[in-house]
Amino acid sequence: MIATDLLGIEGLDRSDLELILETAEHMQELGTRAVKKVPTLRGRTIVNLFFEASTRTRTSFEIAGKRLSADVINFSTSSSSLSKHESILDTARTLDAMQPDAVVVRHKVAGVPQQIAGVLDAPVINAGDGAHEHPTQALLDLLTVKQEKGRVDGLTVTIVGDIGHSRVARSNIQAFLRMGAEVRVAGPPTMLPPAVESLGVKAFTSMREALDGADVVMALRIQLERLEGALFPSIREYSETFGLSRSTLRYAKDDAIVMHPGPVNRGVELSHDLADHRPSVILDQVRNGVALRMAVLYLLAGRERAAEVSG
Amino acid sequence: MANDLPQSSPPGARAPGQETPQNGSNVVLDDTGIRRALTRIAHEIVERNEDLSRLYLVAVPNGGVPLARQLAENLSAIADEEVTVGILDTTLYRDDLIVRGERPRLRRTEMPSVVDERVVVLVDDVASTGRTIRAAMDALMDFGRPTSVQVVALVDRGHRELPIKIDYVGKNIPTRTEDLVRLQGESGDLEGPLRVVVLPGGQEESA
Repeated sequence: MIATDLLGIEGLDRSDLELILETAEHMQELGTRAVKKVPTLRGRTIVNLFFEASTRTRTSFEIAGKRLSADVINFSTSSSSLSKHESILDTARTLDAMQPDAVVVRHKVAGVPQQIAGVLDAPVINAGDGAHEHPTQALLDLLTVKQEKGRVDGLTVTIVGDIGHSRVARSNIQAFLRMGAEVRVAGPPTMLPPAVESLGVKAFTSMREALDGADVVMALRIQLERLEGALFPSIREYSETFGLSRSTLRYAKDDAIVMHPGPVNRGVELSHDLADHRPSVILDQVRNGVALRMAVLYLLAGRERAAEVSG
Repeated sequence: MANDLPQSSPPGARAPGQETPQNGSNVVLDDTGIRRALTRIAHEIVERNEDLSRLYLVAVPNGGVPLARQLAENLSAIADEEVTVGILDTTLYRDDLIVRGERPRLRRTEMPSVVDERVVVLVDDVASTGRTIRAAMDALMDFGRPTSVQVVALVDRGHRELPIKIDYVGKNIPTRTEDLVRLQGESGDLEGPLRVVVLPGGQEESA
């Protein structure tokens, strides 16, 4: 990897993605051992700087760091001066003075991780910024698909949901395209950004067409609190039209897998039986998330910005 | 020999063109020599270990893998005993990750059976500082508690920096610390006939 930070899929080329996936595949083997911990990042400090609530992603980064023997510190809005109106960059500078070896950032505003990377010596890893990017989610999704299908190149991947407001969709579209997959997006017209096809995807408002021949179907989480009454008339209508169930899934390939970044709104974007059983691979995604984040921390934590300049 | 590169060398492999400098790379052990050494070592292992059923050959990738496979074949020919072969990557246990810029690529680990109560024989291609063997032993202990650990190295260069003893040596080859010693196949991979070459170093890079 040439870059020091992981701010998005946007800055990565295919060989970067392949290196991260290959490293993560080796990390998966560690998860099968009795002792799952290796001394690689002993004495290193990783800071989880979460300005937006997250249990799953934060925990995944925390376990990943600990399995590499790093000390992991969690900074979140409720437990720090972030609630005392200290500016984001001041907080970042204060943290930097404590000399962390990597900082994992989540913020509800797009671009904040990049801003923080600008003032920090430590590598910054974006754990989700607004509707911009969530690179480790896209990478763990690639890893899961590669594990299930043996490849990514040439597959058809359909992403269903609020494409316009989803950082998961944004990162996944780029990641799967770069790895050679065909990417389709589907949802009510209000959820599809006007120029979405300029990203290189095909857009559909019919599930039957969107799923036809798909190898992978990815349902996005509907933000119930944000969307009721705004982008679609009712949850029930969304669920009937765009919810995935065994009956809608029959349009896809017989061996299609179902993915979801979690947490699932059961009965909304996924039917109850699909959420829990094959062909859904949701818990594999979670498991792969730890290995993938270990790979990212291994490749980035403790690397100095100066080293990047000299190559 | 993951850990045994001189400190001045860049991470990862050199470009193929660099492997044949003007004064020529020097083959110090050819395929026949390697086979003979592995036959002798197999006999030494049989001589030193009464109960071969507890033997577990653990290769340090990449160079150790074809050597451990050959040793296992030799052992089953001599003693009519199937010997387990495992592969153990030492990269995550290295002691030099801090000083390097780019992180080395990980290699595969495949440990098909438990190491508890086993006599583990680590197999590496080139031993030098002893740091790879140290890392391999640490990794091994995370898998369990072997009865004992012995070490095979096809080539021993000397330059030990840690109190590590190689139990079975194919050939002692005195080198300068800046030289590179490599186990190679004919086409860059580790397939087919193997050879050990010394690539004189210290010219194109300084410490």
